[in-house]
Amino acid sequence: MSEPASPRLLVVIPAWNEEATIGDVIAEVRATLPKADVLVVNDGSTDRTSDFAAAGGASVLDLPINLGVGGAMRAGYVYAFRRGYDQTVQLDADGQHDPASVPLLLAEMDKENADIVIGARFAGIGDYEVSGPRWWSMRLLSVVLSRVARTRLTDTTSGYKACGSSAIRLFASNYPAEYLGDTIESLVIASRAGLRIRQVGVEMRPRAGGEPSQTPLMAAVLLVRAILALVVALSRPSEPIPKQVAG
Amino acid sequence: MKSGYIFAISLCLLVVALLFFLLRTRRIKEKYAGMWIALALAVISLGVFPRVAYWLAALVGVQTPVNLLFALAFVVLLAVCIQLSSELTNLEEETRTLAEEIALLRLEVHESPRQATRKSSD
Repeated sequence: MSEPASPRLLVVIPAWNEEATIGDVIAEVRATLPKADVLVVNDGSTDRTSDFAAAGGASVLDLPINLGVGGAMRAGYVYAFRRGYDQTVQLDADGQHDPASVPLLLAEMDKENADIVIGARFAGIGDYEVSGPRWWSMRLLSVVLSRVARTRLTDTTSGYKACGSSAIRLFASNYPAEYLGDTIESLVIASRAGLRIRQVGVEMRPRAGGEPSQTPLMAAVLLVRAILALVVALSRPSEPIPKQVAG
Repeated sequence: MKSGYIFAISLCLLVVALLFFLLRTRRIKEKYAGMWIALALAVISLGVFPRVAYWLAALVGVQTPVNLLFALAFVVLLAVCIQLSSELTNLEEETRTLAEEIALLRLEVHESPRQATRKSSD
């Protein structure tokens, strides 16, 4: 087997009822990253997300039921692993993540020899602002997870992530589907398995569709659930990267 | 007093009979019915030999035997609920894995309609 000259990159877009934006997101990804393959994981949408994604030229994984972002992403990692991709980048289907930043993430991965690179909102680039309980929970998470990952992480709930082959192999078998599992717990699992995590600052755009959840009560609930997720994840024994992924 | 015991015993026998019927027609699995059958049998033996309840209560230091029964019943119900939650979690994880696999297979079939059977064997 001969190694390809450049690593094979798969852009994974988990999408749940995103027909309004998915077509544009795919078109933009294909324009900015012509070499990358695009996989849309349709997380049990009831609208035409899947049709629009296929029409846009992406491969589509149609999950028969809604599994949540974590469930959709594990399916994406299984796909990437089985088809031998070297790198994946997770992008939101709502257009929040600018695909033009993907080379930044991959360059950081190369430079730092990292397995996971997070596109972070609070690293000095962009003008993303939050306040109140939501800020507190994000702050707490970043402090704790920075210690766990032994690097400075400012935006642990970011869904903008690049993964190398070790991370793909790990996440294909072990990627939590619970609430916050796809962000917080996956970082804990990765650090415990000995993967190197880094972050780069990226600018986020306002969502093209859908509305963010921002009431104070929901933010408080988020804080409690974040703490619970963190405590449970940290108390778990670490699991090594599997040699093979069980089907 | 006597008729109360008979009522309790017949109720328990009814529960055992129902569970056995469900087991026989494969509508309940042994691992779920086991606990209920054990409980019903325990209640029956208490009904037949009420002195056992007094003896047990004295042994663990509970003044009123009936309180011991209530406490035990509560513990058993709790255990069954926790067991069910854990089985539910297993089921969800299995469903998730199946859903993933279906999606992956569907994509594979969709990509190569003619070679679908050949590809799936590699």
